[in-house]
Amino acid sequence: MTATTADAPPPELRLPKRRGVELSLLIGAVLISVYGYAAVGLAHDDAVPPDVAGYGGGLGLLALLAHLAVRFRAPYADPLLLPIAVLLNGMGLVLIYRLDLETPKDQAAPTQLIWSTLGVAFFIAVVVFLRDHRVLQRYAYLSVAAALVLMIVPIFFPAVNGAKIWIRVGGFSFQPGEFAKILLAVFFAAYLAANHNALAYTGRRIWKLQLPTGRVLGPIVAIWLISVGVLVLERDLGTSLLFFGLFVILLYVATGRTGWIAVGLLLAAVGAFAVGSFEPHVHSRVQDWLDPFASIDAGRGPGQLAQSLFAFAAGGMLGTGLGLGHSILIGFAAKSDFILATAGEELGLTGLTALFMLYALLVARGYRAGLALRDAFGRLLAIGLASILALQVFVIAGGVMGLIPLTGMAMPFLAQGGSSVVTNWIIVALLIRVSDVARRPHPDEVETGVVAPVPENER
Amino acid sequence: MIRYIRHAAAFCLLLLVALLVNAARVQVFEADALDDNPANRRTTIDRYDRPRGNILVGGRSVTGSKDTGEQLAYERTYRDGPLYAPVTGYASQTYGTTLIENAEDAVLSGTDPMLAPLPFWNEITRDRQPGGDVVTTVNDSMQRAAYEGLGGRRGAVAAVEPTTGRILALVSTPSYDPERLSGTGSSVTDAWRELNASTSQPMLNRAIRQTYPPGSTFKIVTAAAALDAEVVTDPDAATDTPSPYVLPGTSTTLPNEARGCEQASLAEAIRVSCNTVMAHLGVEVGLDGMVEAAEKFGFNDSGLKIPSGVARSNFDTDMSDDQLAQSAIGQFNTTATPLQMAMVASAVANGGDLMYPHLVDRTTTHSGSTVHTTGSRSSHRAMNPMTAMRLRQMMTDVVQDGTGTNAAIDGATVGGKTGTAQHGVDNSGLPYAWFIAWAQAEGSARPAVAVAVVVEDASADRADISGGGNAAPIARSVMEAALED
Repeated sequence: MTATTADAPPPELRLPKRRGVELSLLIGAVLISVYGYAAVGLAHDDAVPPDVAGYGGGLGLLALLAHLAVRFRAPYADPLLLPIAVLLNGMGLVLIYRLDLETPKDQAAPTQLIWSTLGVAFFIAVVVFLRDHRVLQRYAYLSVAAALVLMIVPIFFPAVNGAKIWIRVGGFSFQPGEFAKILLAVFFAAYLAANHNALAYTGRRIWKLQLPTGRVLGPIVAIWLISVGVLVLERDLGTSLLFFGLFVILLYVATGRTGWIAVGLLLAAVGAFAVGSFEPHVHSRVQDWLDPFASIDAGRGPGQLAQSLFAFAAGGMLGTGLGLGHSILIGFAAKSDFILATAGEELGLTGLTALFMLYALLVARGYRAGLALRDAFGRLLAIGLASILALQVFVIAGGVMGLIPLTGMAMPFLAQGGSSVVTNWIIVALLIRVSDVARRPHPDEVETGVVAPVPENER
Repeated sequence: MIRYIRHAAAFCLLLLVALLVNAARVQVFEADALDDNPANRRTTIDRYDRPRGNILVGGRSVTGSKDTGEQLAYERTYRDGPLYAPVTGYASQTYGTTLIENAEDAVLSGTDPMLAPLPFWNEITRDRQPGGDVVTTVNDSMQRAAYEGLGGRRGAVAAVEPTTGRILALVSTPSYDPERLSGTGSSVTDAWRELNASTSQPMLNRAIRQTYPPGSTFKIVTAAAALDAEVVTDPDAATDTPSPYVLPGTSTTLPNEARGCEQASLAEAIRVSCNTVMAHLGVEVGLDGMVEAAEKFGFNDSGLKIPSGVARSNFDTDMSDDQLAQSAIGQFNTTATPLQMAMVASAVANGGDLMYPHLVDRTTTHSGSTVHTTGSRSSHRAMNPMTAMRLRQMMTDVVQDGTGTNAAIDGATVGGKTGTAQHGVDNSGLPYAWFIAWAQAEGSARPAVAVAVVVEDASADRADISGGGNAAPIARSVMEAALED
C-alpha cells in the first residue's frame, strides 16, 4: 500500500445548519414582497407608494428578528419554513393593501401589519421559550379543555354574517376557533401517542372490524361529536371539516387502521349531508356550489362565488398584473375569505400555482420533520400541524374556486384576520421547533461516527 | 408509523393536485365562458376605464370624456350636444350607443386591432390602445345654418357634396343633448324615459331614420325617368297631357296647385310644379321604368350605411296605373328620407353620377395617424349626362322664376325643386314642406353642395305651408354657408 495522509484526523461529522440559506431566502422573500407593494402602487397610481421603505423595512426587521431567534434557539431548524411564512405573509399584506386602494374608507393593511407583528412576536416567544416540544405532551388535557372553552364561548356571542365564530369586545374581535386548532392538534398528538398501541391492538373484534375498548375510544368519539356540534351550533362548516380531517389523519397515522377511517368518513359524510340539507345557512352554500350562476338567471346579479369565479377567469394564465384587476367586485369578504381570488386574477394561474406550491412546500417540510423525529408525540404533532395547513388551504381554496361548497375560512397568512395570522405564526414556530429536534445531530450518533484510524505500520 | 405518514402525505399531494387541476379548469378552460358572462362587469369596467376617442367636426372635437371617479370611470360629454346629436348619436353607459358612436365604437373605445402599432399587439401586451378619433365630413357652419334655420320646428336637413358624397350637414330638430344619457343612475333613466315619452320625438334622427312622402320634389326623379326613357325628347315641347287629368281607371281628377299646366312642357311643369303633367309622364314611362329610375337614385335600398344605417326610401314595385300616377308626384306609398332627396339633387348636380354618401372622412389613432379613410366612390349612374344637364337647367329655372325663388343666391348657380306633401288620412295632416336644391359658385367647375330640407309642422296656417315658403330659405342659408367655404 502506498503512503497516505492517514495521520490527518478524519473530518468531524457535521450536519449543516443551513442558517445562511435561510437568511438569503428571507432576503428574497422580503424583496419579492416589497416589489409587489411597489408594483401595486405603480399600476394603480403610477407612483411607488411613499411608505414603501417603511413597509419593506418593517417586514425586513420582523424577518430578521425571527431569523435571529431561530439562529440562536433552533439552529438546526428547517431553513425553508421561515422564509415561506414571511413570503406568504408579505404577499398577503400586498394583496390586502391592493384591495384597500379600492375601499378608501376601510383600510385593513395597517391592522394586518400590526397583527403580523404580533404573530412574529408569538413566533419568537415560542421559539425562545419552548426548548423542547415534548413539554407540550404534559398539557394534553389542559389543551383540550382550553380548546373546548374557546370553541364554546362564541356561541354566546351574536352571529356575524351567519356564523357564530366571533368574540367581539368593543371594537376588538377575534376568532377563538383559530387558536383551538393548535390546542386540538397538541391534544390529539399527545393522546394518540400515548394510546396508539391500545387503539390498534386491543379491544373486541366484531365481524371484521376490530373495535378498541370503550375507555380508549371514548375521548375520540367525544371529539367527533364536538366537531358535529361546532358545525350545528356555530354554523361553521369549514372549522368542523378541519377538525374532523385533522382527527382522521392523525388517527390513521397513529394506528394505520383504514377500517375506522372508512367508518369515520362515512359518518362524517352522513352528518355533512344531513346538515347540508336541513341547516339553511349551510344549505344555501351547497346550492351556490351546485349552481354558482343561479342568482344571475334569477335576475339578482352574480353572487359572491360567481364573482370569485369571474375574477379567477379574468386572471387567465398570466394574470392582469398587481393592482389591475377588479376582484373588489366580490364585495364583502374580498380581503378575507376571497383573498385568493385577487391573487388568481392579478397573478394568474402561474402566480396561483406558485402560491399553492409554497403551501405544499410548507406542508411537505412539516411532514419531513415528522418522518425524521423519533418520538411518537413529536411525529404526530408535526403531521398534525402540517395537515392543518394542508386541509385549511384545500377547504378555502377549493371553496372559492367552486371545487367544494364554500365555507368561511381564512387562507393561511394571506387573508385578512388577526387570529388567523397569529395562529399560523405559532404553527410555523412549532414546526421550526420540531424540525430543529428532528435535524439536530444525536450525540451517540456522532460518537459512533468517529472511527479510529489504523496506523500504517500495522498493516 | 412511517408508512402511514407517507400515505397521509400522498393524500395531501392528492389535495394539491385537485386544487391545481381545478384552478386550470377555472382559469384556462372555462375562462372564456366566464369572461363572456353578461353578469361579469369586467368588460364594461374596462370599456370605461379610459377616455373615449373623440368625434371631430371641422377639425374640432364635438365630444369629450370626463372622469367621474365611479366604477365606470369615464363618461361621455358633448359640446353643442343638440346640434350634433344627429351626427354623433349618444354613448351611454346605460343604453349603449347609436349612430357614429355606435358605428365607429371599436375605434372610439380603442378595441379596433387596426389602432395597434403591430398586428396582435393588443393580444401580446394584453392591453388596449387609447381610443382613436373619428373625423367627420360635417361642415360646422352649414350644420349651424341648418339647425338655426329649422329653429326648433320639427324637420330635418341633409346636405351632401355632389362630387364626393361627403355629408356636409345632418340636422334633425327638435333635438336633445346626448350627454344626458351618458352615465348611469336615476337622472339618466329619467332623461331616457322623458325623451322617449316626448311627442316631438327628439331622439328620432329625422334626416336618415324618418321617411316622408317627398311630394313634388320627387318630380325630378320622374322627369329623369321620362328623359332617360325618351318619353320626352324635348323638355320644351308641349306634352299631350289631358286636362283635366283623371287618374287612369278611376273617376278621380288630379288637381293642380299651379296654373298654366294644360299641355305644359316638361320644363314648364317642373318650374311651376304641375301635378298633371308629371303624373301623366310617370304613367307613360310605365311601372318598370319608374321603379328602375327610382332605384337608380337609391330608393328601395335598405342597405345604405353612412356608416349608420339609413332608413329605406320606398317606391312601390307593384301598383295600378292610378297609384303609379300618384307615386310619380311623390304621393301614395312613395316615401323618402331627407338624405335620399339630397342624393337626388346631388345626382342632378353631378352630371348624373350618384356618389355614395358618407359621414366619416377618416378614423385616426389617438396620436393622429390615419387608421382608415372613407374614399369617395360612385354609387350609381342615376341618369344619362344629357338628362342631368337638362334637369340642371330646369331646376335652375325653378329658382330663377319658378316656385323656388326664395333659394336664389347672388353669385351662384342654384337649382331647386319645391314640394308640399300631403299626408295623413284623407290628407288631413299638416303638409310637409320640402325643398331640394344644389348650388354651384360662378366660375367654379363643380357644384358645391346639394341639400334637402323638410319641415314637418311649419307652424303657420295650412295654406301658407309650402316648400318654397318654409323650406327654401333654410336651404339657401345652408348653401350660402357651403359657398363661403
